Amino acid sequence: MKVIAATFFAAASLAVMTQGASAQAGSKTLDLVKQKGALTCGTNTGLAGFGLPDDKGNWTGLDVDLCRGIAAAIFNDPAKVKFIPLSAKDRFTALQSGEVDVLARNGTWTQSREAELGLMWVGVNYYDGQGFMIRKKLNLASALELNGASVCVQQGTTTELNMSDFFRTKGMKYEAVAFADINEAVKAYDSGRCDAYTTDASGLYGSRLKLVNPDEHVVLPEIISKEPLGPAVRQGDDQWFNLVKWTHYAMINAEELGVTKANVDDMLKSPNPEIKRLLGVEGDFGKGLGLSKDWAYRIVKHVGNYGEVFSRNVGDGSALKIKRGLNSLWSAGGIQYAPPVR
Amino acid sequence: MNDVAAQRSVSLLYNPRLRGLFWQAGLILIVGFLSYEAVLNAATNMRARGIPTDFSFWDRVASFDINQTLIAYSSSSPYSQAFLVGLLNTLLVAAIGVVVATVLGFFIGIARLSKNFVVSKLASIYVEVLRNTPLLLQLLFIYNAVLKPLPNPRDSISFGAGIYLNNRGLVVPDPQFAPGAGFVLIAAVLGIVASFAFKAYAKKRQFESGEILPVARVSAALILLPPVLVYLLAGQPISFDTPVLRGFNFVGGMRVLPEFVALVVGLSIYTAAFIAEIVRAGILSVSHGQTEAAQSLGLSRAQTLKLVVVPQALRVIVPPLTNQFLALTKNSSLAVFIGYPDLVQVFAGTVLNQTGAAVQVIAITMAVYLVISLITAMIMNVYNRRMALVER
Repeated sequence: MKVIAATFFAAASLAVMTQGASAQAGSKTLDLVKQKGALTCGTNTGLAGFGLPDDKGNWTGLDVDLCRGIAAAIFNDPAKVKFIPLSAKDRFTALQSGEVDVLARNGTWTQSREAELGLMWVGVNYYDGQGFMIRKKLNLASALELNGASVCVQQGTTTELNMSDFFRTKGMKYEAVAFADINEAVKAYDSGRCDAYTTDASGLYGSRLKLVNPDEHVVLPEIISKEPLGPAVRQGDDQWFNLVKWTHYAMINAEELGVTKANVDDMLKSPNPEIKRLLGVEGDFGKGLGLSKDWAYRIVKHVGNYGEVFSRNVGDGSALKIKRGLNSLWSAGGIQYAPPVR
Repeated sequence: MNDVAAQRSVSLLYNPRLRGLFWQAGLILIVGFLSYEAVLNAATNMRARGIPTDFSFWDRVASFDINQTLIAYSSSSPYSQAFLVGLLNTLLVAAIGVVVATVLGFFIGIARLSKNFVVSKLASIYVEVLRNTPLLLQLLFIYNAVLKPLPNPRDSISFGAGIYLNNRGLVVPDPQFAPGAGFVLIAAVLGIVASFAFKAYAKKRQFESGEILPVARVSAALILLPPVLVYLLAGQPISFDTPVLRGFNFVGGMRVLPEFVALVVGLSIYTAAFIAEIVRAGILSVSHGQTEAAQSLGLSRAQTLKLVVVPQALRVIVPPLTNQFLALTKNSSLAVFIGYPDLVQVFAGTVLNQTGAAVQVIAITMAVYLVISLITAMIMNVYNRRMALVER
C-alpha cells in the first residue's frame, strides 16, 4: 500500500508539473511577472559590459540594463529583477521552459533560432561581429594567418559555427577546443592551451580585461560574421513581445530626442510633441502594452537612454572603451533606429 | 447445493491471489495512464511553443568541429555522426579509466594493509583526501595543474624518438602500416595465444609434478620475439610519421589531448580511492587462518596474497566494484567542464543547443548511459558468477 501511495503521489506531482507548464504557455507573461513581483531575466554568467556582477554583487551591463528597464516600466523599480546566469548551451532551454521571462544574454538573432526553437528576438541592442584575440608576441597581422592554430571557444554558440565556416572556406586547418562555460574558455586561452580565443568582438574586449596581462593580447582586425545581439522572448505572447521590444525602442527614442536620466523631469515640460508622447504627458501609449502611461518616463528615469546605457557599460564611460560604430543612432551614421511612439 | 455456490462466490471475492492481481493491474493502469498523459501534455506544450518534437534533426549537417574524433568526422557530417564521435570518446575515457582505476585501487588497497608504517599511512592519506573532496574540483585542479606548467609547442619537452610534451598535449609518432604489416600483427596474436597455452601447460605440469616453470619470462619472450622477428624478415613494413613543429603546433604524428589526460587521471585516481577501500574490505574479510595456513605450507607473502587471499577476497570485492565502474562511466560526463568532447559535451551540449530539441537529445543521452551501465553490470555479473563460491 505504501508503494502504491508513493507511486500515486509521484505521478500526481508529475501531472501537476506538466499542468503548470501548460498554464504558463496559455496565460500572459506580464500577469505572471506582476504576480511574482519581479522579472526573471536570463543573463550571461559573466561578460564584462553585457552581464557581470560588480564588486558589490550588483549585476551590470548592457543586457542587464535592458532587464532593469523592463522592470522599471512594469514596477517603477529597476531593482525588481531576478537575474539567472545562464551558459550559452542552457540559455534557450531556460527560455523555452519558462524558467526566465526574457533572455537578455548577448544572443545572436538567427533564422533557425526563431523558426525552430520557438523563440522571437525583439530587436538588436548591439550590432556585433565575430573576431579573434591572440597573443601579441605571435606577431600576426590577420586572422588568415591562423592556419593550424588551436582556438578556444564557448560551445553552443553561433561563434562555434562561424569559425568552422571561416576555416573551411579559407581552406585552413584548426583545432576547436570547446568549453561549456565562457570563463573556462577564457581561462584555457590565458593558460596557453589555445593560440586564439574567438567570440563576438565586444566579448573579446570584455574577456581581455579578465586576462592576467591584458596588454599582451590583441584583437585581430577581421570580423568574420554578422552578430546582431538582442533580447529574446518565447513565441505566443504578443503583448509581452511588444512590451520588451518597446522598452528597447523607448531607450533609443529617448536618446534621439535628447531625453536623459538627468533631464527627464525637466523634459516633462518640453513643448516637443514627440517628447510629450514618449513621456506620457500627452496620450496613453502604455495601455496597449499593459503598462501605465508614464512607462517610458520610468525607464529613462531609472535606467537612462540607450546612449547613456551604452556609454556606461561598454563605451567611453566604461573600462571597455568600445566605439559606438554601427551602434550609433541612424542620425549619427549608425543603424540603431526605433519606430516612433505615436 | 446452495451452500457450495455461496462458498465459491465468497472464495472468489476474498481470494488473495485474485485481489492481488486486481490491485496490481489497477496500479499499472494508473501509472500507464499518468505517464501517457505526461508525455502527451509535454508534446502538446512543446508543439504550442514551436519547439521541435520529432527526430528530423538527426540527419542534418552539424557544421561544427570536434577536436578528438576516433572516426571520420568533419563539420559537414550529420548530427548522427557527431553523436557517434561523442559516444566513442565517452567509451574511450570509461574503458581506460576503469582499467587504470582498478589497477591503482588494488595497489593502494593492499598498501593500506601493509605492515610498513609509511606505506600504509601514505595510502590512508591518499584514500581520505581523494574520497572526501568533490570530483569536479579535482578535475578542474588537475586540468589547470596539468596545463599551466607545460610549455608552449615551441618550447616542447622532447623525450627523443619524436615524442614531445607541451600544453597542447602529448605528441607521439604515428605508425604507418605498409603491406606486410599484417604478418607482424598475426605473429603478435600468435605469440599471445602461445603464451596462454604455455601458462595452461605450466599449471598442468605443476599439478602433476609440482615443478614450477618460469611462466613470466617465457610468456614475455613468446609475446615479444615473434613480431620482432617477422618485422625484420618482412623488410620493416611499419614506419613512423614523426611529428614536426610547423607554425603553431606539431604537424603529423598522433596527439593525446590534455583534456583527455586530465579526465582519465582525475576519474581514475578518484575512483581508485573507493576501489582501494573495497579491496581492503575484501582482503580483511578473508579469515586470518587462511593466511597462516598458507604460510605454514611454505608459501611466500606474495604467493599467499596471489593464490590464497585475493581469489577469496574477489567474492566480496566484485559486486561493489561494479558500482564503482558504473560511477566512473557516469562521472565521465563531467568532461563538459574541462572541454573534453564526450557524449554530454558534444551531443547534450552543442547539438542540443543547435537544434533546440532538448527533450529528444536528453532522452537519447540518458538512454545511452542506461545501456552502457546495464551492459557493464551484465558483464560484471557474469564474472561474479564465475568467481562466486561453488557450493558442492
